[in-house]
Amino acid sequence: MGRVILYAFLLLMAGFFLLPVYLVVLTALKEPAKITLDTVWHWPDPVYWESFRIAWEAFRPKFQNSLVLAISATLLSALVGALNGYVLAKWPFPGSNLLFALLLFGMFIPYQSILIPLFQFVKAIGLYGTLLGLILVHVIYGIPIVTLIFKNYYSEIPDELVEAARIDGAGFFGVFRHVILPLSAPAFVVVAIWQFTQIWNEFLFAVTLTRPESQPITVALAQLAGGEAVKWNLPMAGAILAALPTLLVYIFLGRYFLRGLLAGSVKG
Amino acid sequence: MRDRITAFLVLLPSLVAVGIFVYGFIGQNLYVSLSDWGKNPAQALAEKPTLHFVGLSNYRELFTGFVDVRFRQSVVNLIFFTLFFMAGSLGLGLLLAVALDQSPRGEGFFRTVFLFPMALSFVVTGTIWRWLLQPQGGVNVLPTLLGLPPWSFPWLTTREQVLVFDWNQLPFYTALVVGLVLLYVAYRAHREGEGKRRLYALLSGGLLLLWAFTLGRSAHLLPYPEPHGFSLALVGVILAAMWQMSGYTMALYLAGLRGIPVEVLEAAKVDGATPWQTYRHVILPLLAPITLSAMIVLGHIALKIFDLIFAMAGLDYAPTDVPAIYMYLLAFRGNQFAKGAAIGILLLLLVAVVVVPYLASQLRKEVRR
Repeated sequence: MGRVILYAFLLLMAGFFLLPVYLVVLTALKEPAKITLDTVWHWPDPVYWESFRIAWEAFRPKFQNSLVLAISATLLSALVGALNGYVLAKWPFPGSNLLFALLLFGMFIPYQSILIPLFQFVKAIGLYGTLLGLILVHVIYGIPIVTLIFKNYYSEIPDELVEAARIDGAGFFGVFRHVILPLSAPAFVVVAIWQFTQIWNEFLFAVTLTRPESQPITVALAQLAGGEAVKWNLPMAGAILAALPTLLVYIFLGRYFLRGLLAGSVKG
Repeated sequence: MRDRITAFLVLLPSLVAVGIFVYGFIGQNLYVSLSDWGKNPAQALAEKPTLHFVGLSNYRELFTGFVDVRFRQSVVNLIFFTLFFMAGSLGLGLLLAVALDQSPRGEGFFRTVFLFPMALSFVVTGTIWRWLLQPQGGVNVLPTLLGLPPWSFPWLTTREQVLVFDWNQLPFYTALVVGLVLLYVAYRAHREGEGKRRLYALLSGGLLLLWAFTLGRSAHLLPYPEPHGFSLALVGVILAAMWQMSGYTMALYLAGLRGIPVEVLEAAKVDGATPWQTYRHVILPLLAPITLSAMIVLGHIALKIFDLIFAMAGLDYAPTDVPAIYMYLLAFRGNQFAKGAAIGILLLLLVAVVVVPYLASQLRKEVRR
């Protein structure tokens, strides 16, 4: 009896989580003229693949923007995080703990509280409306979380390894290059997944700091879906495109995704 | 020694960047919020606007001014959104975790299904749910698949409100809630035997409650009553937010449940506890720290919520407004930068109230260790 209730509950919940996806795919495969509200749940007949071609045409530039943005900002912030974490974990100096705490505070602020000065600043240095400006912003506001993840990871590496390398004559970068870096792969994976997902999905900075030609896909999607005239096959296909990269990351690197998630929950 | 200098120099750019982009910008934002930027339309979009110091008048206007009634509704919306979203995500996450903890067949599949919305952006979630919640379609026609009549609830477009109260009562309710929380803190301190904390919490909580029931009842923010309540248009937004975040609480709770030592559960069984009693008296108390950190994370997300509402209801629909939306609207559509900056500062304060005590206690724990 208890088992029956358990499975009934789980299946009901699986329905709650999956039905929206089903509807999205359904709508994306429908001919625009056949999308009416009372038949939303009906299977498309015939299946209309054109929607995807049209959506791809419409969203390709934004998709590319997102790709360039997320990949380059992720790589840069992983590099910054690795170096920062290395310094804080293996070369602490008087006051470094306090500075670390001050860095961490940057994770918690709501970005609305710095948005106006940021907007002015990006405009003043001539990067408003460019991808470069957005990359810069993501790298900077990513510093706290990536530093945290790398510092925690590097603290687990025994200090003796560092000491031994130093006795062998390795300096700051020598130790990093020959001892730390070869051990860093898991931390890089966690940070890369976390940052890629966050940056790909980000919206507030993107909508404030870009122009149409530099928009990432989240902004384009929100604006398209917000318009009233548009047929729903397009936003739905767009939603699939916008969701695909991070979903793939989740499906293929789920274990690391969860680890990043839990690391991020220290953050919030 | 040279290496130590190198190490510091490596960290320096990050320190400078965060110093400017976080602390410097917060300072500048505070300054803007105390200025009149945006009052004069000619100055609003100027390259280098001349700002005049106007003190707290932007803040005063937001809370008591005639034109900013929409800000006040957005604050009320935020309170209700945060409460229901947190309660919903915690409850559903706990239920899912308990169910999965029974090791059902296909556990991995269910876990994957419950967690995948986490990988999506709020914009994607919002776009999907906007379509699901169309008044004559989506969720509302689901019953017809079972041969039942369709629902007719206008999810995102209703203007109906429940739990309506007068804005003038806000000081009273705030003092009431904060006072009760402080009394609870005092009670906890009493149980943990921390005399000083008990005294302070008891005194400040008592004073607040005293104030609430004497002067607080008659402290009026506005010369006229202004009703606000829980806007039912938010129900759909809360549903979508829960859809996205319940998997996260599930993952946290599941990790917690799996971390409970078997001996503890065995001991409860030996003592003759029913499964229900075991949950009530053994397992749930052990999960309390997880609930707390999940509440911090969810509360933090709720206070900043912007993209989900932008994608579901757009910027211009007052019944689903929250301060983050209104801030964007004021500053970047209306060029009222000073007022927008003031909302930014208010959000920062709200988040700080939630996060700083938590961080401090975490830090204390770490020091004790």
